[in-house]
Order: sequence, then structure tokens, then C-alpha cells
Amino acid sequence: MAHNTDAEEPNRRDFLYIATGAMGVVGAGALAWPFIDQMNPDASALALASIEVDVSAVEEGQSITVKWRGKPVFIRNRTETEVTEAKDVPIADLPDRLARNANLPVDAEATDPNRGVKDKENWLVQVGICTHLGCVPIGDAGDFGGWFCPCHGSHYDTAGRIRKGPAPENLLIPPLEFVSDSTIKIG
Amino acid sequence: MAGHSNYVPQSAAAKWLESRLPVISLVRGSFVDFPTPKNLNYWWTFGGILFFVLIAQIITGIVLVMHYTPSTDAAFNSVEHIMRDVNFGWMLRYLHSNGASMFFIAVYIHIFRGLYYGSYKAPREISWILGVIIFLIMMGTAFMGYVLPWGQMSFWGATVITNLFSAIPLVGESIVTWLWGGFAVDNPTLNRFFSLHYLLPFMIVGVVILHVWAFHTTGNNNPTGVQPKTKQDTLPFHPYYTMKDLFAIVVFMILFAYFAFYLPNYMGHPDNYIEADPLVTPAHIVPEWYFLPFYAILRAVPDKLGGVIAMFGSIAVLFILPWLDTSKVRSGAYRPMFKQFFWIFAGVCVALGYLGAMPAEGWYVIFSRIFTVYYFAHFLIILPMLGFLEKPLPLPASISESVLKGGSGKPSGAAAAPETK
Repeated sequence: MAHNTDAEEPNRRDFLYIATGAMGVVGAGALAWPFIDQMNPDASALALASIEVDVSAVEEGQSITVKWRGKPVFIRNRTETEVTEAKDVPIADLPDRLARNANLPVDAEATDPNRGVKDKENWLVQVGICTHLGCVPIGDAGDFGGWFCPCHGSHYDTAGRIRKGPAPENLLIPPLEFVSDSTIKIG
Repeated sequence: MAGHSNYVPQSAAAKWLESRLPVISLVRGSFVDFPTPKNLNYWWTFGGILFFVLIAQIITGIVLVMHYTPSTDAAFNSVEHIMRDVNFGWMLRYLHSNGASMFFIAVYIHIFRGLYYGSYKAPREISWILGVIIFLIMMGTAFMGYVLPWGQMSFWGATVITNLFSAIPLVGESIVTWLWGGFAVDNPTLNRFFSLHYLLPFMIVGVVILHVWAFHTTGNNNPTGVQPKTKQDTLPFHPYYTMKDLFAIVVFMILFAYFAFYLPNYMGHPDNYIEADPLVTPAHIVPEWYFLPFYAILRAVPDKLGGVIAMFGSIAVLFILPWLDTSKVRSGAYRPMFKQFFWIFAGVCVALGYLGAMPAEGWYVIFSRIFTVYYFAHFLIILPMLGFLEKPLPLPASISESVLKGGSGKPSGAAAAPETK
């Protein structure tokens, strides 16, 4: 069979080869997708989307941990000192200057009011997963009086903001609201 | 491989089979008549030892699966059931869990043997690269196997390692969710790890066959690094190396049995006898000993993505090693400067292993950083430069000459005579 030179137009057979090959690739990709997607969270995992928590028994200075989507969520009733301490930190001192609050726009700054629950600044609700490699930090610990992750030494302050260590981001604040005076809905 | 066989089928049955599937000459050519350099030392027996450990792991693993239950509700208890109720269950599990450590002891010796004697150099690059692939699959298999007992270390090890992928920009979080099959390590994660832990050893067997095929095509390297030139330089694989390997395997079994029967938990962590709790992280989590040098590199870099890149890079650099070493001399025995740097490098790897087990603070971090830099410098700066700076020692004319010269009692001139004719 004669080879095509640059001057020659692609012929009917070239078109058929490419069309067949392209169709085969699309078909293989379509077949592969179910085998890849079966590993994504299934319907039962997605169904655990939201929980309601009664926090009436949580006194000032106390914390509770609840489970949401298989992850620990820290709910803390902060003392006045903790709130003041967190407010006194200049934004410029923070390694991560974004609030990481799912209830606010993504570019919101990591000020204390942007971290605490809206209109109830003593309450701090955050996913208790270190943003480094996913360990659960220990409360009332670390150099900044907030949380300390024992795995790789990340220190978080009283507003759950990363201050020192390898973690890149502040602790995540999940979507939440107070549905009554003493009940928080997470998710 | 079959090309080395001088087998001629004698019986009618053998002739019938050979003309349809030449499996007898394939096996004879690869493991009986195969011409092997006659100067291989005991460092070369670790290939055979690794093959033995791989088969041992597969056999103990298959029978453990007959009693194990892959579910977050039952996994931990089913492992205790194996330990207490199943006949010889304690022995099978200890052989399997210590077998993993034995596998890594043998593979690290095997890798360092290759590094010292230049087994990665042309024409054996493919064999070396396949070896690195085997090493990667081994690490994946060992990691997923460690998750199966569903203890605290299983759970938090799985959490930390899968979270490494979250460092990838943009798609990292989606990849982690996909790996987990949820929003945290949970039942779907355990089930898929179980499935893959069963699959991957068989993939290792497949790559091992390619690995052996590759160096049976090029011929084995040997302690002199000089290619065999005449028949005087080689011996048939059987019985010379089957027996030598078998002896080494038996000696290795003593070490294996010592750990499995006398120190079965020495290389494990007590925390893994506490059932997994997603709400409490153990105060000091460390990976299994064989991952510690890489863990130290991960923690040495004060940036999440940077640490992950450095850790994967420390293995990736092995893939291009054949092209980083510029020296024309293969064996470290004839490279006076390389020899010193090799031992410094080996010391650095051990030191990184020690630092990986220590908390990430103070001097430990500083030394981790120094040694991490040195690890990469060894491959990327020292090895490329040594080829130009170093004056290697004169190589022996042949394997036979190098063997017969030292202490054979014969005059070296007489011994060297056969291959000069």
C-alpha cells in the first residue's frame, strides 16, 4: 500500500481508522466510568448529611464532640478570655487568613467574628480534623490555648486558626445554624 | 530464557509436550541450565529469599482470609478470633504480620546490594525499574494489610496516608473522598483495602516474573561487575545456586521464626490492640518501621504539598538512577570514592529511619532536614559527579581471574591461563 505523503489529502480509509479508534476510546472511557465511580461515596453515606445537637448542657469553658458524616465536630462554649484573645490577634499574624467558614463567602477573612457562630460569638463549632493529615487535635492544648494536633505538631488558637506547624488551613467550620436557643443543626 | 536450555526431550511424553508447549525447556533454561556468574556472594541470595517470603505471605494470607471478616463491626473481633479460637490461628497471623517485616528486611538488603554493585546500570535498567515498581506495590500492599485488623494504628495510619493525596492542588479533596468512599475512613475504605490487599500480591508475582525475565536476558550482575566472557565464568544455576539460595533461605527462616515465635509483637505497636476509634487519635502515631525513612522525609519539609512531593520524590529518584550514575565501572568494589559515599548514604537512610520514629520537634526536625537534603544530593549531585572525579581501580580481565587470584593456592598466572588461550 502506498504511504501518504504530506502533499496528499487524507483518504477515506484514514478517516475510518481515526473514527473507529476514537469511538473505541469513547466506549472504553464510558465503560471504565462505572468502575471508577463505584468508589465514590454511596447513597447511604450521602444520606447522613445533617444532624441536630442539643447544647444546653455545655457550660462556658466546656466542649463536646459529636459525629457528623463520620467525622468529629468540636462544639465549644468559649470563655470571654478566649474570645478576647482570639480577637486581639492581627490578621497579618495568621498563616491562613481565610475564615474557612462554610456559612460565609470563601474569601471571608479569618477574624474572630467570622469564625464564631453568628450573633453567638462564644460558640465555636468546627470539624475536629487537622487540616494537615486528618488526625483529631486535642482540646485545651498547644502554644495558643486552643487545639494541638499530636501527629505532626500543629497548633491552633482559641478560634481554631492554625498558628504554628505544618497544617495549611484553619479548622473547617461546617454549615450550621441555631435552630432554637439551645439546638444546633450541623450540615 | 528458554534459549539457555540444552535440554533435549527423551521420552515420548516429553517430546509430545515440548512440541506443543515448551514449558520443560523454559524451566530448564531459566532455573536449571541457566549460566550464572560463578562468583555470586551471599548478598545475591536475597532474590531467592524474597521469592520464598512472597510465597509464604500469599499462603498464610489465603488461609487467614478464611477466618477474617472485612467489616468495621467485625474486623477487630475476627482478628482476635483468629488469635484465640482458630486452630493455629495465632501462628498463621504472626507468620503473616512478621512476614511483612521480613519481606522488607530482605528487600532493603536486596536494593542496597543493587546500589553497591551497580546492578541498575546498563544493560539492566529495566530489571532495576521493575524492581522499583515491585517495591512500590509492596508498600501499598503492606499499608493496606496493616489497616485490616482495624485497630487504632490501622485507622489512623489509613487516615494520615490517604490524606497525603489531599495535598494535590484542586482535585486533592475529591481524590481523598473517592479513596475513602465517604467523608472519613470507614467501612467502604476497609472493604476496598481488603479487596486490593488480596489482589496486589498476585500483581507482585507478575512483575517479579518480568523482573527475572529481564535479568535473565541480560545475564546476572556479579560482585566484579565484569560481564561473563567464557564458559569458565559461569556455573549452571542448578545445583550450584539452588543449593546456595536454599541454604540462605533456611538461615533466614531462623530469623523469621525467632521473631514469629519469640518476639511476635516486637515490630508492631500496642495501640493496634485497641479497636479503631474515629474520635480519638493516639498521642504518638508512627508508621511501621519499614516506612520510617520516608515518613521522616515527609515531616522534614515544613509544607504539606512540599512534604508529600519530597516523600514520593525519594522513591521516584530511584527510577532515573540508571541515568544519574555516570561512572562506567559497575561494581562499587572497584570505586574507592563511591564506596565511601555508599556507606554514608546507607547511614543516612538508617538515621532517617530513626528520626521518623521520633517526635517531630527540636533537633529531630533539624537533622531530618539535613539528612533529607543529603538523600537527594546523593542521587542528584554526588553520583553524577563521581563518574568524572573518581579514578576507579583496575578491573579484573574476567570473573574467573578475579576468583582464582585471591587465595586459591594456585599461581595466578596458571589460573589465568585458560581464558587467555
